[in-house]
Amino acid sequence: MTVTAGAKSRLSIWQAAFVVARRDFTAVLFSKAFFFFLLGPLFFIGMIGAGGMLGAASVENADPPKLAVAMSGPDSEAFIAAHAELAELTRLPDLVTGPDFFTTPTEELLSGSESNIAAVLTGSLNAPKLTGPDERIENWRGEVALIAARALADNGAVYPEVALDPTVSSVASQRSNKASVATASITLLFLLTMLLAGMVLSNLVEEKGNKIIEVLAAAIPMDAVFLGKLFAMLGISFVGITVWGSVIGTILLAGGESLPPMPEPGVGWPLFVALFLIYFSMAYLLIGSIFLAVGSLAPTVRDVQTMSMPATILQLVVFFLVTFAMRDIGSPVELFAVIFPLSSPFAMVARAAQESTLWWHAAALGWQVLWVSIFVRAGASLFRRKVMQSGPRGAKKRRGLLRRKAAADA
Amino acid sequence: MPLSQSPSQNNAAQENAVPNRDPTEPLAIEARGLVKRFSGTLAVDGVDISVRQGAIYGILGPNGAGKTTTLRMLLGIIDPDEGVRRVFGQDNPHEIAQLIGYLPEERGLYPAMKGVEAIAFMGALRGLTLAEGRERGRELLINHGMEFAIERQIRQMSKGQAQTVQLLGTLVHRPKLVVLDEPFSGLDAINQGKLERMIRDLADAGTTVIFSTHVIHHAERLCEGVAIIAGGKVPYAGSVEAARDRIPAQVRLETRSREGAWLKALPEDARREGDFFHFPLPETGIESLLKVLIEGKAGIQTLSIERAGLHDAFVHIAGEAAARALEDGTMEDGQ
Repeated sequence: MTVTAGAKSRLSIWQAAFVVARRDFTAVLFSKAFFFFLLGPLFFIGMIGAGGMLGAASVENADPPKLAVAMSGPDSEAFIAAHAELAELTRLPDLVTGPDFFTTPTEELLSGSESNIAAVLTGSLNAPKLTGPDERIENWRGEVALIAARALADNGAVYPEVALDPTVSSVASQRSNKASVATASITLLFLLTMLLAGMVLSNLVEEKGNKIIEVLAAAIPMDAVFLGKLFAMLGISFVGITVWGSVIGTILLAGGESLPPMPEPGVGWPLFVALFLIYFSMAYLLIGSIFLAVGSLAPTVRDVQTMSMPATILQLVVFFLVTFAMRDIGSPVELFAVIFPLSSPFAMVARAAQESTLWWHAAALGWQVLWVSIFVRAGASLFRRKVMQSGPRGAKKRRGLLRRKAAADA
Repeated sequence: MPLSQSPSQNNAAQENAVPNRDPTEPLAIEARGLVKRFSGTLAVDGVDISVRQGAIYGILGPNGAGKTTTLRMLLGIIDPDEGVRRVFGQDNPHEIAQLIGYLPEERGLYPAMKGVEAIAFMGALRGLTLAEGRERGRELLINHGMEFAIERQIRQMSKGQAQTVQLLGTLVHRPKLVVLDEPFSGLDAINQGKLERMIRDLADAGTTVIFSTHVIHHAERLCEGVAIIAGGKVPYAGSVEAARDRIPAQVRLETRSREGAWLKALPEDARREGDFFHFPLPETGIESLLKVLIEGKAGIQTLSIERAGLHDAFVHIAGEAAARALEDGTMEDGQ
């Protein structure tokens, strides 16, 4: 059969990338390396979780948070008596009271450090009012209603409505909490991209070692190999994030009250998590492109490790830049971090943690998508031109040397 | 549309590119003036090759002559710095990747993959679905007596077994052009024989097969055409027969008589070794000389005319140095 000119028969670049990505994804997913990749951070999270829970439990055991009873004298006495009766049947918050509590301002009671007062009960048995941090008074609302009902009627049939008065943290304290979220998120983002970029590089090194790269290069465009590798590892990272996220979620659920309440990020938790994942993808695609391009330039496996050092240092510089810049949103340094493509995802995660403005993220994502496309294209182009000019020569040289040595030995 | 000429084209190669080829014959590969430099070093210098569809074609040369670089350029793995190449009429071989199968010199498979999965993956790269690739892979392995390799990981196979798996992966999508870079390297004599049969079967089925080798016997036994490559240049590209015809046949004469007037009738370049005379076959033929020998009572004991082999042709075309390098490469592989 004669093959006629002009007949095209090939996979599209995305189909070819999918074939490579599917192979890489399944190979990594079912490898021992992936097990350790998952286990490493899990071990770390487990240690922190266990340590935190133990620490919180020991703190609470030593000096548990107390409910200050600051109602009028008879109401306070009745409440304390009912508490004593019910405490034998169920777990209730510890109480503290004093002769001047009724007249002392609530804020003063809450700010006093000696008794570890977590909330203050004022009002009357019929209309009790709880003042304190949001989560704490929400947790104690039921117990207070139960005790008040017992104190009122002896049979607990009527439960009074407990009014809640959440205390507002100071602006400085709120900002400090959000800054902690930002720092933790940037650190997590940095660790994840570092881990993933390292993995994508090892994957390329393995393929250079296996000489499979030439089989791929002959069958599909090198751009597809590049894209496939990049997205396979992104998929792997999402599997990892899902597993780690599930473990963290389980720890938080199991820890319950014993864990300190988590500060709310500027944009709220659901949107923050979504933005974190998107910015992580952007950061990984940008740095992963650089690592893959560097990997394609290196003639031998050893050179890959040496040549990736500047890229690793660049990652560190970006991390320190953003950690410094996030303290002063809107400053020239912070704006530079937002605009510079490699630091932009990190800087925007910090903004999402600290500020609630949303349009920034739309603009930043547009900007980052543009740079991801430039980086991926440039990386793929370099990869295509360089990857087949390296590898085999190094292997041949070594083989030749070994052969000569063997001959000399013989 | 004819391919344009590159200024760096090798004139000798131009003359010899496709002797006696029917211009209407469809070509699998057509390359003109391919040039490739690596870091300023000229690796391939003006290579011209034409391979008709359905042919078995050899690229013959010592290690480092530029065979692999030439094949990589023909397949679009790397782009030439100068010159043009066409595969089945396409400038970009990737556009017809599903018609091509390629076995690189540096064999490469994922060590953790099972035999059948490795073949299916190679099929997927050339457009097969994984399910189809697995089915064909299983069939190919069974047909080649390697049923055990279906579920065995590549890392658990011998080098020869892994090489066969890769070869089957090269063929799983039933390509119309199969390019094999040093396919006989590393195979024992039995597997070399099997591979030769496989190449012939492919050609019989209409598949074009191009392979590079530094072992002349494989090229001589299998190929319809060869390109001799040395130092990045192609001093000869054409049929094996035409290459052999470049050297006149050698006459080997044994006589009972040692002296006589008939001696003057022998060509001037005849050399004597004991009772034997060796000389190139005269352009006028052997008949007139034979008549003189008989009339002069030379007492012809034996007379044989031996056609030059591809090895002699290689020495004649590429030179002694290239031939020695070729033999060194052959010896290194133990062939």
